[in-house]
Amino acid sequence: MNLNIEAATRGKKQKLIINAPRKKRKRATSLDVKKARAGWIFVLPFVIGFFFIYLPIIFDSIRFSFNEMQMVIGGGYKLIFVGLENYHNALFADPNFVTTLLSGVKQLILDVPSIVIFSLFVALILNQKIAGRAAFRAIFFIPVILTTGLISEIDAGNILASIQGSTAGIDDGSGQTSTAAEIVSVMDFEALFSNMMIGTEIVEYVVGLVNNIFNIVNRCGVQMLIFLSGLQSISPAIYESCSIDGASGWETFWKITLPMMSPMILVNSIYTIIDSFTSSDNHVMAYIASVMEQSGGDVLASAMYWIYFLIVIIIVAAVAGLLSAFVFYQRKD
Amino acid sequence: MNNTQTAPKVMKETKNKIRVDFERTPLLERLKAKLINMYTVKRVVWYLFRFLLLLGISYIILFPFFSKITSSFMPPEDLVDVTVRLVPKHPTLDTYGAIIRENSYFEALGNTFMLSFLCAIMQTFVCCFIAYGFAKFKFKGNGILFLLVIFTMVVPHATLSLSITTKFKYFDIFGIIQLITGSKLSLLNTNWPLYILSLTGLAYKNGLFIFMLRQFYRGIPDELEESAYLDGSGIFKTFFKIIIPLSGTMMITVFMFSFCWQWTDNFYTDILYSITGPTLLPDIIKVPKSLNTNYAGGALYTAAIKNACGMLIIVPLIILYLFGQRYIIQGIERSGLTAD
Repeated sequence: MNLNIEAATRGKKQKLIINAPRKKRKRATSLDVKKARAGWIFVLPFVIGFFFIYLPIIFDSIRFSFNEMQMVIGGGYKLIFVGLENYHNALFADPNFVTTLLSGVKQLILDVPSIVIFSLFVALILNQKIAGRAAFRAIFFIPVILTTGLISEIDAGNILASIQGSTAGIDDGSGQTSTAAEIVSVMDFEALFSNMMIGTEIVEYVVGLVNNIFNIVNRCGVQMLIFLSGLQSISPAIYESCSIDGASGWETFWKITLPMMSPMILVNSIYTIIDSFTSSDNHVMAYIASVMEQSGGDVLASAMYWIYFLIVIIIVAAVAGLLSAFVFYQRKD
Repeated sequence: MNNTQTAPKVMKETKNKIRVDFERTPLLERLKAKLINMYTVKRVVWYLFRFLLLLGISYIILFPFFSKITSSFMPPEDLVDVTVRLVPKHPTLDTYGAIIRENSYFEALGNTFMLSFLCAIMQTFVCCFIAYGFAKFKFKGNGILFLLVIFTMVVPHATLSLSITTKFKYFDIFGIIQLITGSKLSLLNTNWPLYILSLTGLAYKNGLFIFMLRQFYRGIPDELEESAYLDGSGIFKTFFKIIIPLSGTMMITVFMFSFCWQWTDNFYTDILYSITGPTLLPDIIKVPKSLNTNYAGGALYTAAIKNACGMLIIVPLIILYLFGQRYIIQGIERSGLTAD
């Protein structure tokens, strides 16, 4: 009996001995592995949201655009596959969609440079020393916070503001009062610049910009913030050495500021395209929203949204490709 | 070489003291030389130009607010009176009174405040959490997941409006809810869709917040966390005890953005709530029944009433902005947003 017990305990011991090193190996996780796990935990909310909420939503939206939707009386909906019919209807049957789309895209391409250049300009000015800089900054960021959604909707329909904004006091010689909506008289400028052989289209574009300044200022907020933070990150030592070498402000801008800001210009161009494409006061978006409210228009609207999205993505890719050729990255080491 | 005139005059006053008279150029000429040169003129002109430009643009930004404020105090007589432009002749509070009484303003204010506050708190913390994960940890799929964040930023939610509505109207995760309750859950007219979107970092412009915070966290030196780890603090303890207090300004910035954007939002409230749902701020924008706008110049009065509604909506935000604007500017400046 004794022998048997011994054998049994020996067996146990042997087992323990075999097990011990294996356990140790399991416990030893390196810091890298630990950190990788922690990283996953940190981004987990997004991963869950993306795969369980967002991806189904995207998938549904694409699916709807290929289907016809029928509400079922007991609740729920039924989809009938119609292939590319919605896309066909959007592009060929709808009388206004293509023209709205083309003019919208043209407007987008014209707006983006003006917004980016304007916000860079304002950011440069706000970055310099000037009396009341803090107050100006606070005012310039008001539109980002306040003129959004509801308020911009109210502003858009505010006929009172345009009446109140008319400058009754200014006599332009014609005996009529000009309104704030037309800061510069188009005809005078056209006559002036057409003599200079610049071309009426450019003149009209510039005049349109000036008259549209309210809109542009309102849409510049975030871009201005991005440019400002970029300007702050340029080391003052570079400017100092430039001025010692005798560079003027103009030269410093073109040789130092602009190259250093070029990554921001890329980011802002893309942000502006996406932002103006997603904003609801965009004509194409407004048109599609109106289509959506028609009976049976919701799937058609989905198709239209995706057509528009595709076009914008192509524009974004083109702009990104074009600009990234000029982007200068400072080596950090 | 006529040096005699410019040479200093030396006079002996006492034995040990001499007086030297230099012939100085008169003050006027000295000032002329100092001020009227291209350098100074350029600087002054540029300064004035900048100042006027900023002033002008500030006017453009602030004008709608002036217009809203003044017209909201105008009675109908003032609106048809051509001599009244910006300053009301007979200021009245009737418009405000009617809106507050008849459009259930305080109910809407309370509901929207709860919704915006909770959403903003959730978005701030969740975005910090996610952004910290992207900024400081190397794991497989980090790059791809961050691209997906950018992707959510690029696809506008308007494109998805139909599918967002249907998703939350027939809400289900893998059929689990249908198994338990027998039917799919309708979350419309509740705040849950927005809470769910906020908790998963998918709400309005959350991609931008994650991007901003990620840039900010990348700017924090790794040595800080390493020394905390050496002192025996775990990864999460380090995050809550060291990183969160450091990112106060950025968090206030993100909180203000998300709070204000949710506050004035009309897109989500449009697609996720119907008339039977809770009263929110977009619902108060209508003409109160006691005010008559049904006359020839009534459109103006309608506009004035809407302006008053707009004022009622943004007054809390203006107060918030006055307190928080310096944090926004600091936060953005410190984030060191770069494109890499």
